[in-house]
Amino acid sequence: MTFLFWILATLSVIGGLGMLLSRKAVHSALWLALTMMCLAVLYVAQSAVFLGTVQVIVYTGAVMMLFLFVLMLIGVSAADSLRESIRGQRPVAVLVAVALGATLIAAVGNALDFSVGLQAANAEYGGNVQGLAALMFGRYLIAFEATAALLITAALGATILAHRERLFPRQDQRTRSVERFRSGVHPGQRPSPGVYARHNAVDVPALLPDGSAVPDSIPGPLRARGTVREIDATATEEVLDRLVGGAASDTGGER
Amino acid sequence: MTDSFAPFGVDPWWIVAIKVLFVFVLLVVLTLLAIWGERRIVARMQQRIGPNRVGPFGLLQGLVDGVKLALKEEIVPAIADRTVYWLAPVIAATAAFMAFAVIPFGPTVSMFGYQTPLQLTDFPVSVLYILAIASVGIYGIVLAGWSSGSTYALLGGLRSTAQMISYEIAMGLSFVAVFLYAGSMSTSEIVTAQERVWYAVLLLPSFLIYVTSMVGETNRAPFDLPEAEGELVGGFHTEYSSLKFALFFLAEYINMVTVSALATTLFLGGWRAPWPLSLWEGANEGYLPILWFLIKVAGFMFLFIWLRGTLPRLRYDQFMNFGWKVLIPVALLWIIIVSLARVLRTDVALSVTTSILVLGIPVALLILLALFWDALRARIRPGGPSAATGRDDVEGGSAHHAAAEFDPFAGGHPVPPLPGQVMPGATSPPPVLVATTTQERDA
Repeated sequence: MTFLFWILATLSVIGGLGMLLSRKAVHSALWLALTMMCLAVLYVAQSAVFLGTVQVIVYTGAVMMLFLFVLMLIGVSAADSLRESIRGQRPVAVLVAVALGATLIAAVGNALDFSVGLQAANAEYGGNVQGLAALMFGRYLIAFEATAALLITAALGATILAHRERLFPRQDQRTRSVERFRSGVHPGQRPSPGVYARHNAVDVPALLPDGSAVPDSIPGPLRARGTVREIDATATEEVLDRLVGGAASDTGGER
Repeated sequence: MTDSFAPFGVDPWWIVAIKVLFVFVLLVVLTLLAIWGERRIVARMQQRIGPNRVGPFGLLQGLVDGVKLALKEEIVPAIADRTVYWLAPVIAATAAFMAFAVIPFGPTVSMFGYQTPLQLTDFPVSVLYILAIASVGIYGIVLAGWSSGSTYALLGGLRSTAQMISYEIAMGLSFVAVFLYAGSMSTSEIVTAQERVWYAVLLLPSFLIYVTSMVGETNRAPFDLPEAEGELVGGFHTEYSSLKFALFFLAEYINMVTVSALATTLFLGGWRAPWPLSLWEGANEGYLPILWFLIKVAGFMFLFIWLRGTLPRLRYDQFMNFGWKVLIPVALLWIIIVSLARVLRTDVALSVTTSILVLGIPVALLILLALFWDALRARIRPGGPSAATGRDDVEGGSAHHAAAEFDPFAGGHPVPPLPGQVMPGATSPPPVLVATTTQERDA
């Protein structure tokens, strides 16, 4: 047990330092995840199995993942401006940190003095999960429900903040398809360049059966730049001749 | 309570080692067999033959493919984040292996003179442990996507993470009914609780929700959107090659085996023999139950392959809507029904018929309401979304807005005109943005 503690304690301190000292935000998040995992293993080792697993599911699996999502989508990097926009942030932060540290020390000291130990606590209701359930849905029911209400309010608030008034009616696949056919233009794809032409390069227009070029078959940027290749009428004739003539002679030969 | 966990955690180290080795070898062999089986079965469904050259019936195909994969050239993108790029497949594969530690394979047996259960370990919240490990496994995917330094991989990673987290919620909710009935969150106790009847029968909606969400959770067809080739190339593993790719490959198949084993444990009675066989006393003793367990797991694996051979891939928004707007609400509703039923049966002690009546009538009404919801809505609000096409809405909307005057400082901030409002100085209202085809734009 002591052995496990020293390994995990070292790892969590390394994780905490890594989180503070990493240059990349994602690396910081990963170090923090390591600390969380170490704490979870410590909880399990001290027979608080429920707390340990829930720590991993909620903190490592959900909260940290949310952080990672935001970091990856927004892409915070070391090059970003570090100028603080909120005035007086540092002293307040120091104050809050000291208060939090004091609370933690007080809580741990309190636990050292008055606790009965996890073995006894687990034995009282016949198991770790049962004990937690008895406390949460018995003695601390109101606090539990209040926390639930707070969380739901926060979720609703986030939904409302992220809500955007819809300026245009929602376009789904169906309305888009109706729109496309009503507009009267050809609803399918445009012919690819080089169809029926002599080359299959992008700047060679597709040819209609009468030999004329289809301007739509050239990508817009090329048309705008004017780098569309002209169709050589005589060459088309020649190809047509060869194709028709060749086909005739082929079938003749087979017979 | 404490007694049922007494056999766990007291084995000598070499029995633990044997069990660990057994789980590891089983998972690797099952992966190789699953790859072979998938290719052969899908080939059969598509009127092809499939791999049949290496070994009898091509059985060794997976093995040689694995060797080939490991010996391939390894390409690391230049802008990849080296450490995380290396870490991601390791996390994915490790998490995949770890989840299997709490799956029970059989009853207590005598192994070299020691009485020991055929299960690596168990504790009061082992099903939650599997969920926790699965959420760690997601790290592998999201980190792979991020560290590759490629847009395809990043988008694929985010997409697959969003998908797995969403479906993990539905999956967790489907467990709740099982926990309520078994009175425990430990795998071995849930198997014991299913001695008389399987939870797949008793809690059919939970089972169906679990089976749907397990396909979403493992990123398999028809929910394999993270690997949508036409959109994202390979998704999160686009930039991975050689052994690192092999680890992701391995993790995916082990995850399939794990969710199948979990489904077997929670809903199909675990290692217990199916009904006609269970009449014979010896069917649930000794090492034989491993066979029943593996047959059930193989059944789920076949289901995975069958789904892949049958269903086309869903569109991403439809898939997420299904998860959040159908699967999770249905799961929540089902939990309420189950807990009500438990209370009525145990605390109020109503008879079965009365309970069914008390619960059945509101549920039937709800289902009826859901069925006729669209028709009702159209009657209450004529011209609602189901009755009108988008175009009518656009015209109605612009007519409505045209009357409104444009205030460039509405709310104290400079704002652009809303659709239909005219900028001061402009002669005509700005065009209403409707999806136009390319030809229209070009014309």
